[in-house]
Amino acid sequence: MNRSHPLITALAMCTMGFLYLPLLAVAVFSVNATKYGLVWRGFTLNWYVKLFSNELILNAAWNTLVLAVISTIIATILGTILAIGMDRFPWSGGTNTTLDLILHLPVVIPDIILAASLVIAFGLLRLVFSIFEPGLINMIIGHITFQVAFVALVVRSRLVSLGSDVEEAARDLFASTPYLLWRVTLPLLLPGIVAGGMLAFTLSLDDFVISFFTAGPDSVTLPLYIFAAVRRGVTPQIHALSTLVLLITIVMVVGTERLTRRSAKK
Amino acid sequence: MSDEKKDLSIRGINKRFGEVRAVDDVSLEVPAGEFFTLLGPSGCGKTTLLRIIAGLEMPDSGKILLGSEDITTFPATRRQVNTVFQSYALFPHLTVYENVAFGLRSRKFPAKEIDQRVSRRLEILGLEEMGQRRPDQLSGGQKQRVALARALVNEPDVLLLDEPMSALDAKLRAQVQVELRRLQQKLGGTFILVTHDQDEALIVSDRIAVMRDGRVMQAGTPEEVYDLPETQFVAEFLGAANLLSGHIKEGGIETDIGFLKLEKMPAWSKGTVAIRPEWIRIRDQQPETNGIQARIREVIYRGTDFDLWLDPGPIRVRTNTYKRFKTGDKIWLELAPEELVVLNG
Repeated sequence: MNRSHPLITALAMCTMGFLYLPLLAVAVFSVNATKYGLVWRGFTLNWYVKLFSNELILNAAWNTLVLAVISTIIATILGTILAIGMDRFPWSGGTNTTLDLILHLPVVIPDIILAASLVIAFGLLRLVFSIFEPGLINMIIGHITFQVAFVALVVRSRLVSLGSDVEEAARDLFASTPYLLWRVTLPLLLPGIVAGGMLAFTLSLDDFVISFFTAGPDSVTLPLYIFAAVRRGVTPQIHALSTLVLLITIVMVVGTERLTRRSAKK
Repeated sequence: MSDEKKDLSIRGINKRFGEVRAVDDVSLEVPAGEFFTLLGPSGCGKTTLLRIIAGLEMPDSGKILLGSEDITTFPATRRQVNTVFQSYALFPHLTVYENVAFGLRSRKFPAKEIDQRVSRRLEILGLEEMGQRRPDQLSGGQKQRVALARALVNEPDVLLLDEPMSALDAKLRAQVQVELRRLQQKLGGTFILVTHDQDEALIVSDRIAVMRDGRVMQAGTPEEVYDLPETQFVAEFLGAANLLSGHIKEGGIETDIGFLKLEKMPAWSKGTVAIRPEWIRIRDQQPETNGIQARIREVIYRGTDFDLWLDPGPIRVRTNTYKRFKTGDKIWLELAPEELVVLNG
């Protein structure tokens, strides 16, 4: 390996600091025993305790969890089916490229555009069905729309690395399509499916833009609550809440990373 | 294998991939119980033909018959044909036992019969102790035997083997080739092997089809294709050959190094004489027929024998004589008329 120039190392350290120091600061202030100001007044878990007695926050946490769990389950199922369909059906070369593009688009499209288009779509649907009032159902559908692409991409990369050999062997050994899927494809895809699901869960947990545009009065999630609260002034409680969300996210991301790396190795 | 003996009949199979004719009008008859080998360089269509027999690829035209049944349009799941894949393609999430049982379980055989059949195959292939292991805990040779057991447990009418030795090291490969031959004779089923290794083909096969560019160049017993190649490609693909072009004359052929008497006159007037390096005999004096005087240009030590490269030529002679030759020595060669083969073209 090339030894990099000290300046480059220093620059890299600065970048890491730039990325993580604000997060660290939030974590530090979440255990600082002062309500105002930037002075360290000693360690406390008081803000965390208060957090768990705040009805509004608990309600938002519950909403966030319901939204994330339901949308993740549906998105994971749909994304897996999509990935298998795209990879295992003998599409022509041109169709395949188009499908690939369609799959990647939701990943790079700005959230705000997706959110705005969801508002329009739900507005139209509301004329026919009353369930499309802003609220949890709309949020779930909205989250699924961007989660599906991420799940499908993760599962598909696992499918590609698996190759078709094992499935051909199963066919050669008289496996019908359901038997093949159930006994061979899905078990082998499982690490990819779980990784995709965890990624989708993280995305849902942290999402603000889509939620903001589709939420109703009763469906405030943690990111929405934090946004509203910060506008009234940052309190240590918010620091504590942010730190918790951050921790959950880190755990999920590390888990996803491990699963994808392990499946890539196989 | 199955009680009824089913011959495999391949009739006029064609398969194109875009512009490439992967399989070009191939017809072959493989009687039940034969060890048949498709031999050829990479890209000659041998694997595609194998995949067509397996039902993993559909031919553009032609027919495949197994016994009296036309199986051309059958999917892989309906054919009594099983494959040992080049990569083995073992199921990594299943144990050795479950791998071998897969083809029986997918067809819902009774548990008792599955257990009997799987155990017997594992025993035949020396894998009794390995049943609960997973594929990533096995050596290359063991994986290969699991792949064999997994296919054989289904008692297929035809067992297909796609370069099954290519992942093994040379020493193990030589051993496995002999074992494979014995296994086939013991079980008595039809085996079709795909390989690019001519030694392997000669060792294991009852008959060999040499393929090139999607076509069968020559099919016959190992002795036939090795001793009596019809074309330069077959002569050179199956080991070393000296090739001397010439014109056919009364009783022989006029080549660059002189007139050579032939025993069997070919039907064509121009051609190339092929003779294997190990068939040329070295004499101290001029032999009665087909004597060629030559000078040694180079001596190459090969362990068990020597290769002598001679002028005129280049002619190559393989000799295991204890007599040491030196560069520049003059020797007489005898090219026995019965061992000269005239290739077409």
